[in-house]
Amino acid sequence: MAQVSLEGIRKVYPNGFKAVKSTSFTIQDGEFVVLVGPSGCGKSTLLRMIAGLEDITEGTLKIGDRVVNNVDPADRDIAMVFQNYALYPHMTVRKNIGYGLKNRGTPASEIAAKVEDAAKMLNLTEYLDRKPAQLSGGQRQRVAMGRAVVRDPALFLFDEPLSNLDAKLRNQMRIEIKALQRRLGTTAVYVTHDQVEAMTMADRIIVLNAGQIEQIGTPTEIYHNPASTFVASFMGAPPMNLIEAEVADQQVRINGYDGLMPAPGSYAGPVTMGIRPEDVELDEQGSVTFRVDILEELGAHRLLHGAIADQPFTVMVNKDHDVQTGETRVTLKPDALRLFDAETGKVL
Amino acid sequence: MKRAGFDNIWLPVALLLPQLMIIGIFFYWPAGWALQSSFFLQDPFGFGSTFVGADNYTSLMGNDQYKRIAWFTVVFSILVTFFSLAIALLLAVKADKVLRGAKTYRTLLMWVYAIAPPVAGFLGILFFDQSTGPMTKFFQMFGWDFKLGVDYNATATAMIIVSVWKQIPVNFIFFLSGLQSIPRSVREAAMIDNRSATGRFWQVTFPLLAPTAFFLLIINITYALFDTFGIIDALMKGEPGNNPMTLVYKVYLDGFRGNDLGGSSAQSVILMVLVLILTVFQFRLVERRIHYT
Repeated sequence: MAQVSLEGIRKVYPNGFKAVKSTSFTIQDGEFVVLVGPSGCGKSTLLRMIAGLEDITEGTLKIGDRVVNNVDPADRDIAMVFQNYALYPHMTVRKNIGYGLKNRGTPASEIAAKVEDAAKMLNLTEYLDRKPAQLSGGQRQRVAMGRAVVRDPALFLFDEPLSNLDAKLRNQMRIEIKALQRRLGTTAVYVTHDQVEAMTMADRIIVLNAGQIEQIGTPTEIYHNPASTFVASFMGAPPMNLIEAEVADQQVRINGYDGLMPAPGSYAGPVTMGIRPEDVELDEQGSVTFRVDILEELGAHRLLHGAIADQPFTVMVNKDHDVQTGETRVTLKPDALRLFDAETGKVL
Repeated sequence: MKRAGFDNIWLPVALLLPQLMIIGIFFYWPAGWALQSSFFLQDPFGFGSTFVGADNYTSLMGNDQYKRIAWFTVVFSILVTFFSLAIALLLAVKADKVLRGAKTYRTLLMWVYAIAPPVAGFLGILFFDQSTGPMTKFFQMFGWDFKLGVDYNATATAMIIVSVWKQIPVNFIFFLSGLQSIPRSVREAAMIDNRSATGRFWQVTFPLLAPTAFFLLIINITYALFDTFGIIDALMKGEPGNNPMTLVYKVYLDGFRGNDLGGSSAQSVILMVLVLILTVFQFRLVERRIHYT
């Protein structure tokens, strides 16, 4: 178990591509941190640098108190779970799980006991003598987990481990991984492009975009107080509504619409206004006209897709609201309004 | 798995026919002839033949020269197979690590493959030439008076070196594509599990390369036994004398130079049976231990 710290870590590939721009953060002992972002944002590169599978161009990486920039992956006291499981196809489950221990000179009797324990914990006992090809996707993923936990490392690294599983299994494994990490208390870094995984599993989320950190925070902070329009639109399903507006005299006016709303803060000038779809209420006396084009049925909720003053807008309502397409009036909860700089997209 | 069926019997037969005809004409027919003529003694002038039963076989068994050639063939095949596989594997592992210029490197190594065996043999003659050959001079530095075509060991060495050299590119290409088809993440997982690169190679990479290696083993044994004919012929310059040769060359020599078709046929039947046994043995014993993904 250990704290992990990155100080000014950069990655530039030989072809000049800057995959990760100067990045610094610290992961506390036992914390579950999720790196999330769209593909190509540098999240996997960052993880692979922590694992030692990728050279660090610049900066200092510490696991515990030790600088590990030039330490061999096998000596970093880490375990990694890969997207396609990366099991050794010619070894049985038992050998797959025990391989790392064997190479570290653990006595055979101890390996056998540890492998049995890990298998029991992951419900793999009856599959120990099978080869990976004879297992289902979920079972393979469990073997990959077993290979990681059996070594009792200081740090778990997960590289999109659930993206090859079907939706139902993914939900189940999500809970299992989180529970396992809780129980073992091992620090974990988890890379995903799926914001639901990030929201549900993380103690803290790091949102990355184009090789840079956009925001670091707990899932609640990220959801309610996004630091930029990028975070606002990336996190949450459906994403936050972002519409162009103007602030003057502490009043917000949506571009192309006459109604005024009280503005938070004292900024004046053009802004991007953000509001979560569930923070909008249907209201006969509402101040804003919303045109509903499409109804999307989600069971517990309905999504109303449409526009305010020709700017795309989505509202989420409870299932017992009876709604039709066409014009209706809504109220935007004043304390749920977020204002972003119209130029930079940063929160104001 | 779903099995597709044919409604009538003639379509599949028609589809298989070209293949069956090729096998029939070029394998079963000549093999049948060889088998038949191995029981006859042919008149050297082609005026007829006499049935001699198993005489052709029994006389081979008592023939010291034949035994010596058989022994040389075994040593030759083992050495050629081993070195051409080992050197190719080493080159492939090194080439696999090269990221830049990998294509150029591969093409350069593949060129040798385009050379026909007799040409390879001729190049061998130039290299091992008694007065000007660089390899001859190289061996002379170590005090070995290398005489190609005269000294038994010298000729054998040249045959093995040229045969190995000729076969390396094929093995290299197969090994390289085998290496590149191993998922990167499996090797990376091994890097985290095992500090030693040698350990990783023998415990993870090599077992995953085993199907390729097994295929190449069969190809290379066949090559050493049969396809080296052109190299051997060129290096011997048509003068068998005291020179080493393989069983295939002896078949040719006795049959077409010595006009002993019966004896030559008997030899080729023996060779056929040996290859059959070897193949069955390989599939039974070696293949069972291989993991196919």
